[in-house]
Amino acid sequence: MSGYRLANGGRIDRGVRRRFTFDGRPFEGFSGDTLASALLAGGVQLFGRSFKYHRPRGVLGAGSEEPNALISVNRGPGRFTPNLRATGIEVYEGLAATSQNRWPSLRFDLAAINDRLGMFFPAGFYNKTFMWPRSFWETLYEPAIRRMAGLGNPPTEEDRDHYAATYAHCECLVIGAGPAGIEAALEAASTGKRVILVDEQDEAGGGAMSDPALWPWLERSIATLAGAPNVTLLTRTTAFGYYHDNFIGAIERLTDHLADIGKGPRERLWRIRAGEVILAQGAIERPLVFDGNDTPGVMLASAARTFALRHGVAVGRSVALMATHDSGWRDIVAMAKAGVGVCAVIDARTNVSNDVQAEAKALGIPVHLGQCVIGVKGRHAVQAIEVASTDGSRRRTIACDALLMAGGWTPTVHLWSHARGSLAWRDALGAYVPETCSEIVRCVGACAGTWDFGAGGLINTLPSPKPSHRARAFVDFQNDVTAKDIRLAVQEGFRSIEHIKRYTTTGMATDQGKTSNLNGLRIASDALARPVTDIGLTTFRPPYTPQSFGALAGRAQGPLFQPTRKTPIDGWAEEHGAVFELVAQWRRARYFPKPGEDMHVAVNRECRMVRQAVGIFDASTLGKIEVVGPDAAEFLNRMYTNPWKSLEPGRCRYGLLLREDGFITDDGVSARLDDDRFHLTTTTGGATRVLNMMEDYLQTEWPDLDVWLTSITEQYAVIALQGPMARKVLEPLVEGIDLSPGAFPHMAIRAGRICGIPTRLFRVSFTGELGFEINVPTAFGRALWERLMAEGQHHGITPYGTEAMHVLRAEKGFIIVGQDTDGTVTPYDAGLGWAVGTKKKDFVGKRSLARPDIVAPGRKQLVGLMTDDPNLVLEEGAQIVADPKQAVPMTMLGHVTSSYWSETLGRSIALALVAGGHGRTGETLYIPMPDRAHSVKVCSRLFHDAEGARLNV
Amino acid sequence: MILIHCPYCDEKRPEIEFVYGGEAHIARPADPATMNDAAWERYLFIRNNPRGRHHERWRHSHGCGRFFNAVRDTVTDRFETTYKAGEPRR
Ligand SMILES: [Zn+2]
Repeated sequence: MSGYRLANGGRIDRGVRRRFTFDGRPFEGFSGDTLASALLAGGVQLFGRSFKYHRPRGVLGAGSEEPNALISVNRGPGRFTPNLRATGIEVYEGLAATSQNRWPSLRFDLAAINDRLGMFFPAGFYNKTFMWPRSFWETLYEPAIRRMAGLGNPPTEEDRDHYAATYAHCECLVIGAGPAGIEAALEAASTGKRVILVDEQDEAGGGAMSDPALWPWLERSIATLAGAPNVTLLTRTTAFGYYHDNFIGAIERLTDHLADIGKGPRERLWRIRAGEVILAQGAIERPLVFDGNDTPGVMLASAARTFALRHGVAVGRSVALMATHDSGWRDIVAMAKAGVGVCAVIDARTNVSNDVQAEAKALGIPVHLGQCVIGVKGRHAVQAIEVASTDGSRRRTIACDALLMAGGWTPTVHLWSHARGSLAWRDALGAYVPETCSEIVRCVGACAGTWDFGAGGLINTLPSPKPSHRARAFVDFQNDVTAKDIRLAVQEGFRSIEHIKRYTTTGMATDQGKTSNLNGLRIASDALARPVTDIGLTTFRPPYTPQSFGALAGRAQGPLFQPTRKTPIDGWAEEHGAVFELVAQWRRARYFPKPGEDMHVAVNRECRMVRQAVGIFDASTLGKIEVVGPDAAEFLNRMYTNPWKSLEPGRCRYGLLLREDGFITDDGVSARLDDDRFHLTTTTGGATRVLNMMEDYLQTEWPDLDVWLTSITEQYAVIALQGPMARKVLEPLVEGIDLSPGAFPHMAIRAGRICGIPTRLFRVSFTGELGFEINVPTAFGRALWERLMAEGQHHGITPYGTEAMHVLRAEKGFIIVGQDTDGTVTPYDAGLGWAVGTKKKDFVGKRSLARPDIVAPGRKQLVGLMTDDPNLVLEEGAQIVADPKQAVPMTMLGHVTSSYWSETLGRSIALALVAGGHGRTGETLYIPMPDRAHSVKVCSRLFHDAEGARLNV
Repeated sequence: MILIHCPYCDEKRPEIEFVYGGEAHIARPADPATMNDAAWERYLFIRNNPRGRHHERWRHSHGCGRFFNAVRDTVTDRFETTYKAGEPRR
């Protein structure tokens, strides 16, 4: 034995050395080591500091149940991962690992003072101590707590790795490649089924890897599985969640164990749909609860066995065992045979069977029955243990450098619980086992509660003559919850385990209480003097172990998080310096600044040019629906507020769409192309919603109507030409359409050609100026735009963006659904009563316009506002009051919905929803702001060209 | 992710292809104008919230686009059956 490395044995490759660092110190391990086994081999017992008390902590387990030894791994810029379990980190050449939650160093941690102050940190102390004054929370308590208590530091740089994802289907998915899982996979594979076998460890085998007698079987079995074309064996793959209909999420770690990570993905997300799921997740050994059970060097017996027989590492030179279960005896006997020095076996029971005792005694191990460990000496490492009989007599000290705990087993039912399988309590096991589930799933092996570990394990809190309120006996190691905390919670009146859990935070750490839940439950049950089954069971939720966000996000990040929709004219706008904004998923040009212009100057220029000459605007994002069929007019008549049957082909109408509750949901100008054909437009953001709504009514309410709805949003590019010179720009380019005012009036549509391209040409205006909207097939959008720009040069043609479009429409009082309405605005509230066909018998939302609350006075109504200071532009969203001197909280009358500088008027304008607004014209109201209250006058929304003379040219 | 049987496609497809559409078998009244406020309120707002069998509408939005009806158990989140719009309540 060199250091703590056993002379031989284990599944490590002693021919392949791995150099690595821990907190900057150099160490060496072998291929096949985990960080935990390599550090233990190097004599390290102190791995980290605990969450709340900053107590020194070592390794408790050997697998994913590990609560203490949390480590940060730094692989260079953008590759920092905190909170990894040392028991799951494979050692590779150059690994740089650091401990967490300590300052300035792991051995000397200033915040360990928390431990001395432990009496001030009882259960629920966050809730109790820092109640008042509230402001202290933000400034004092929370920052202090955040500094003192915690896990590793979050990464500070963007993740430089990339992540893959895949779907898989199989008849049989086996989760857990221990002996039970391997047998299940072999059996399923032999029937020809597609089988996927996943295991979180680097090698298949589970518990068999800690039992050399099983290695020949293991080798044969893995060879059979590897050679079967219908079997996929995935190691380093954690099945983290079990979802509906046997849908399992698993993440495969591809590069974390490699010295050279190459260029491939770091992890792969598997979405697996399985005919049958077989859970073979095994069981986790339960710690024992006694004073000092968190001292570095105190660990689970099964873990120590794994380190010895799988990794060839002794966890101490003189190891003691504290058992309440037979399995610990088997483990320590196996370890002793492998060369680990064993100094004592202590068992709380007096009735340990002779079979179990015989082997230990044959090896000359001193055996102490009916006794318990009542204390641990040593702060950074175990130096000795205090032992006494369960009645408190025969108290003495035994020197040792490691203490193993064997408290029985807890079946791993996490994924079973995700699948909402029910659990049944088994007194004999002192544990919950799987019962029934509505998924096609079964549990095999230890996770089903069937194991050959022997008997015992019913006493998890060891009896001690010491006063229990002095004991630091930990239940939840990761969240620093002691047995005393749980008893205190019960004393303070908590009854349900769900409440006790949240009050004490037991089981709420990143390990979800894998080693603590059952002990916590039994202590609570004891304190309440009620059976375990009476106080409930907390629920496990995905993920089984913490997973990286990168793997869950996959490629859906950055520009691929959601698609950015671009119009055919987007490239031109980009080349001409447009500033963009996102509208729904569309990227739209907001304004086109010239050199030296800011947004204000650019938008003013764009507005001026539209009113004086002609502006050109990319309106391609407008939602467009073609409505076709003999009943098309009847259908629209039922959907929209206004009458549609009387609309002649070649004419357009402004349509207002309500929900059945009477509130505005969309609007847009639509055209009748023919008796049985309409071209609808919707708002940019409402296109999908409107089509869905129309499909709903068509399919489910009026299936007798012969109508077809087709989205044509992306089939047409739409270019708006707006301004007094618009017709002049168009005239030379259009064929087959008479553009003269008499032949082509406002709110009309004509089909023809422009620059040889077939077009649906609308004469409509969202600016109040003479305007056209030219629809052409998308592929011709940019070519036409460029042609119009060239043709318009001598007319002063100016591209304008959404910002100028907003200002121009506000000057005319046109609403933007979703900005000037909020889902509680009726046509009457919005001043659009003229668009309601009151003579129509019915339309969607009509009956609701007569609802008591909708006809009641005092509703918020859309009005214009003019600030008394013409240079002041109000903030959108600002609240409106009648009297700014009233006491706080003030009575708010409404809010500003739109607010702009109007270049046309040379002053600011605003739209607002104001209670009883239509009756307040001329009234002065106030907008209280942090510095002062602004006075405004209520006015008409028609700020510009009220009589509409500019349209009729 | 639940698999849902579309009665039009006659296939079980993943949940993400579908959109929930509220309680089923609530027909829009033939003549809303004749209804009093209480009756209109019932049609507009009042919905069942059973523990167990729930009749509800779904739409195969990213598939055939059709609305259909389903019976789903709100306790187990299991679909008992799905059937075409217009077929009688099951
Ligand atoms: Zn379908």
